[in-house]
Amino acid sequence: MLASVLTLGGIGLFAAIALGIAAKKFAVEVDPRELAILEVLPGANCGACGLPGCGGYAKAIVDGSMSPNLCTPGGSDCLEKIAHIMGVEAISADPQVAVVCCQGDNQKASQKYRYLGLEDCNAAQKIADGPKTCPGGCLGLGSCVRACPFDAIEITAEGLAVINRQKCTGCQKCVASCPRSVIKMTPLTATTHVLCNSTDKGGVVRKYCQVGCIACQICKKTAPEAYQIDNFLAQVNYDMAHEAEVAVEKCPTRCIRDFSTGYPEGSSFAAPTVPTKKPGQAA
Amino acid sequence: MSVKAMNLKTFKGGLHPPDGKHDSATKAIETCPLPEELVIPLAQHIGAPAEACVEVGTRVKKGSLIGKAKGFVSVPVHASTSGEVIAVEPRLHPMGKALPAIVIKPDGEDCWDENLTGADPETLSAEELKSRILDAGIVGMGGATFPAHVKLSPPPEKQIDTLILNGVECEPFLTADHRIMLEETERILDGIDILRKVLGIDRAVIGIEDNKPDAIEKMAREAASRNIEVQALEVKYPQGAEKQLIDAITGRQVPSGTLPMEVGVVVHNVGTAAAISDAVRLGRPLVERVISITGPGVNTPKNLLVRIGTSLEFLVEQCDGLNGDPAKIIMGGPMMGQAQLSLEPPAIRGTSGLLIFRKQDLPRLESGPCIRCGRCIGVCPIHLQPTTIAAYARLDLFDEAADYHPLDCIECGCCTYICPATLPLVQSIRYAKAAIMAKKRTL
Repeated sequence: MLASVLTLGGIGLFAAIALGIAAKKFAVEVDPRELAILEVLPGANCGACGLPGCGGYAKAIVDGSMSPNLCTPGGSDCLEKIAHIMGVEAISADPQVAVVCCQGDNQKASQKYRYLGLEDCNAAQKIADGPKTCPGGCLGLGSCVRACPFDAIEITAEGLAVINRQKCTGCQKCVASCPRSVIKMTPLTATTHVLCNSTDKGGVVRKYCQVGCIACQICKKTAPEAYQIDNFLAQVNYDMAHEAEVAVEKCPTRCIRDFSTGYPEGSSFAAPTVPTKKPGQAA
Repeated sequence: MSVKAMNLKTFKGGLHPPDGKHDSATKAIETCPLPEELVIPLAQHIGAPAEACVEVGTRVKKGSLIGKAKGFVSVPVHASTSGEVIAVEPRLHPMGKALPAIVIKPDGEDCWDENLTGADPETLSAEELKSRILDAGIVGMGGATFPAHVKLSPPPEKQIDTLILNGVECEPFLTADHRIMLEETERILDGIDILRKVLGIDRAVIGIEDNKPDAIEKMAREAASRNIEVQALEVKYPQGAEKQLIDAITGRQVPSGTLPMEVGVVVHNVGTAAAISDAVRLGRPLVERVISITGPGVNTPKNLLVRIGTSLEFLVEQCDGLNGDPAKIIMGGPMMGQAQLSLEPPAIRGTSGLLIFRKQDLPRLESGPCIRCGRCIGVCPIHLQPTTIAAYARLDLFDEAADYHPLDCIECGCCTYICPATLPLVQSIRYAKAAIMAKKRTL
């Protein structure tokens, strides 16, 4: 009885001392700022900063290799806190949101064939370059929805991806998931966008889509500073984005949309009440 | 009933879908007339596409070279009639995309290029025979279109002892090989002799499924005097797949990731053998092939001898047109064939069949969740776990999927066919394969 108590107690004592010494000797030095920053980061591990997770980013901020303003999900609140911890000035990066540059859902854009396979845009794109006739149009099979860590994307009943501007944090995961590069990053403050991704000539676009850009130049004539036409596709010049809105009504195919007045047809998202919302105060 | 009927060989796994061959199996091969335009794609084989060597306005004869082979795994392309090149531009290819093609307007004379000369295979060396096969653009005529000369060039350390001729035609509906075996027996046997000479071997076995007793009987009768065996096989898909056929006939299993030459076997389709005979004896390149045009969507199913580049629409016209609205157009067999966007693309070297189905002929295809019944595992001729690979592929977990050997999948479609939940298993596996291959390339 006594022997076993002593033996067990002895082993316990020895292990405790050994562990205690090891803990002292091999202690990992963590900068307290790193822990503090990790505390204020959103913890979504979304990768928007360019690193795989928040922990890595916190470390990178502390060792000075990355700027504190790269966390788009955290927004300005997070930036201010990090700047406070690091004792630097908070210089915010322009917040960005992702926009699906296509309005050609199954009603408005034609399909080459009926696709019955795997519900995945990347898988569908491998079969004769995807079912949609338009080589740039949204396939609507939801690869971006599954990629989005913030539940900010929906597929409408007619098969079009739409991104909620309040929920989008600009992490770009959807951009990477899209096989047709339909999703583009745009400044949050710009609400007017050309929702078309087809670089075909106007006559060709008309054959397969009712709402595609036909490169008619009317937007450019209406607001010359705000638009440019490249490869038969109008693009908003985001430096002059505030002037782009006047062309919305003029576009004959209605492919220019101002998001402050609402989302594309079929979307369940309500029109953003404050179009220039500050990042970080999201739902 | 037939030779060795009591001794039907086969492989493990596979299944037998309703074969639908009765519509065209009894129809003798007819020659398809000359269309108004021939669209000859430069990519008609596995490997690098050929390079155009003619321009708009060039006058060509039947059999003239119009595209040069680019690289070892590549073959040249030839004009399939005489006439004038009217365009060299991308045209809709059976793959579903516009790919470079040479468009020829026939002059109606259909005369062969006079530079093409035949030779007696007895007088040629193995190397000369091989170069004739390459120059004639011979590819696997079963549908895979792998360049024939590559299969005939095994590295010296590989000892080949058996040549297998694939007359299985296990795909439902197709009857082109069946008709060739009945009507072109002599050309096939001549091709086999040439192949044996190139490989320097004696043993040749023709594998034919037991649902073609007339072909087995005719081939066996004529092959006996030439020391060529005919092996009747149990009726089962995918017996015509190279590795399954080798297993069925020789009992040898080709190891994962290797070619049939690893077990001393070379496999060629019976149609390829016939084309090789023409290439050597007559000097004629591969410019036409037999295609089964069948399915409930055509009025008169037929087996046609078609010039490469003839549009599918023209082929359907030769079969008295469409019977109702086509809902699905398939080039090749229903299990592994390629669905077509329209009847616009041309018939190419790998086109073994053209199948047309109406809406009422097609099954309902609404996928449900996997019920873990394991039938896909039972029918897989490679003995993979299709449902597991597909589940990982759906989650984009390609490293995990790779542990289940998706790269060995031959994409025969048995798992998708048998799946009671109608899951797109083959497509998921193909998706995983593409992702794994892409990753391997970047490493």
